[in-house]
Amino acid sequence: MQFISYLINGISLGSVYAIIALGYTMVYGIAKMLNFAHGDVIMVGGYMVFIFMVNLGLPAIVSIVLAMAVCTVLGIVIETVAYRPLRGAPSLAVLITAIGVSYLLQNLALLIWGSTPKSFTSVVNMEPLRLAGGQLVITGESIVTIGVCIVVMVGLSLFINRTRMGRAMLAVSEDKGAAQLMGVNVNGTIMLTFAIGSALAAVAGALLCSSYPMLLPTTGSMPGIKAFVAAVFGGIGSVPGAMLGGILLGIIETLSKAYISTQLSDAIVFSVLIIVLLVKPTGILGKKISEKV
Amino acid sequence: MEEMLSVKDLEVSYGAINAIRGVSFHVDQGEIVTLIGANGAGKTTTLHAISHLLNPKAGEITFCGKPIQHMEAHQIVKLGLAQVPEGRRVFASLTVQQNLELGAFTRTDGNDAIAADYEMVFARLPRLKERRRQVAGTLSGGEQQMLAIGRALMCKPKMLLLDEPSMGLSPLLVQEIFNIIRDINKSGVTVLLVEQNAKMALEVANRAYVLETGSIAMSGDAHELANDPKVRTAYLGT
Ligand SMILES: Nc1ncnc2c1ncn2[C@@H]1O[C@H](COP(=O)(O)OP(=O)(O)O)[C@@H](O)[C@H]1O
Ligand SMILES: [Mg+2]
Repeated sequence: MQFISYLINGISLGSVYAIIALGYTMVYGIAKMLNFAHGDVIMVGGYMVFIFMVNLGLPAIVSIVLAMAVCTVLGIVIETVAYRPLRGAPSLAVLITAIGVSYLLQNLALLIWGSTPKSFTSVVNMEPLRLAGGQLVITGESIVTIGVCIVVMVGLSLFINRTRMGRAMLAVSEDKGAAQLMGVNVNGTIMLTFAIGSALAAVAGALLCSSYPMLLPTTGSMPGIKAFVAAVFGGIGSVPGAMLGGILLGIIETLSKAYISTQLSDAIVFSVLIIVLLVKPTGILGKKISEKV
Repeated sequence: MEEMLSVKDLEVSYGAINAIRGVSFHVDQGEIVTLIGANGAGKTTTLHAISHLLNPKAGEITFCGKPIQHMEAHQIVKLGLAQVPEGRRVFASLTVQQNLELGAFTRTDGNDAIAADYEMVFARLPRLKERRRQVAGTLSGGEQQMLAIGRALMCKPKMLLLDEPSMGLSPLLVQEIFNIIRDINKSGVTVLLVEQNAKMALEVANRAYVLETGSIAMSGDAHELANDPKVRTAYLGT
């Protein structure tokens, strides 16, 4: 029973990683860059929900939607101001810029909200589910987090595979030049990708802070890095890969904390990543670089 | 005859390398014009500059009288200038049908018109119809070339730029591709054909330009050029 409880916690944590990992993997797939500032957008999302919900007393769902709107704008601004001028620049320059944006966001947050942790009120208002005569307790946060993750996964798959813009995203991720020759606006598509990723980051921020209610300017860093690991683990560029990688990572982390060692759990997570990459360098669901005839 | 595409004093460079050094040519409505030249002459660079996949350093490009050298690539496609790029560049992980749908990305003239064009493409390129559910990456080279052409036709172009459509194909398939190009032209699409296979290109074209290291070395009627001693030794191997 204890094991199942850990497993559910792991899936819940993994669901948050998965939602964040989607942002990394989609941006990587479309713009071929690692947006290291993505984790910090989560943090901004967390603060926004805090402001709207705790300071202004708005309902949780309204606060989340507003936070998504703010993060969407933030994502678009980051893309247009910091990354677009570097289109075609060496990837190292882009990477350094991304790290710079990440520190900029953290330091702006520090300036605005200070270094004292804010204690976050959960966005979930739901009784825990008690099963097996009260032996198995599943928190409302876990249920909502897993549920949101499923909705996001299904919604995003439908968007990518069934809509015109989704098809354009697939085309850009495969061959930017050829997509342009089909009349796809590549800059617009990249902007849309950042917008979606950042909106999802706001959702992830709200869920993360609901389960781990300490909000700091650095709140997004570690989950951001782990979600990046999850994206690589599942196969960077692959949407189902990000989902699978995120959930597996959450499970591995939670189970290692429970059964092996709290201190070593991160080391175990990264060791698993290294082993997977040694066996399959493109990640679990990563496509091999398709050869052109 | 009405001028459809005109390129004036085009210059393109890759960093310090000047790949195109003042190229001028024009294509009239209804023509097949070919741009021939050896490997590295600058043919692909010229086509990329026209479609604005890269930014020309200088020069003026007009399409149907409209200057397009400052327009973005996707806007140029919308004007009706499509390109079948070198190396086919089909979307390998998508099906034939999905590739064709992407070809119709800019269309706003309704589903009926688009559906009619699928039938037109399948009639012209029957092999695509048999394979419409197949993933493009698993097609043979010839089939991929046909898909690349079909995909470009789906945007209902006024003019088609083709970059070495015969590359890597067997002589029989090359013949088939050139027949298709001739048919497409007969149906009213103006064609600019870039080729290393000068013999075949000069056979289908009305006029030709010879590109040598970034400049036009010769130009004229395709049949006259095919009989020109200089062209014969340099490009036809006779
Ligand atoms: N991306 C690039 N960077 C630098 N030089 C390039 C690039 N692409 C082409 N070139 C150079 O520009 C010249 C023209 O190339 P290209 O247009 O591809 O020729 P063609 O299509 O006629 O074979 C060649 O000298 C080639 O080496
Ligand atoms: Mg070429």
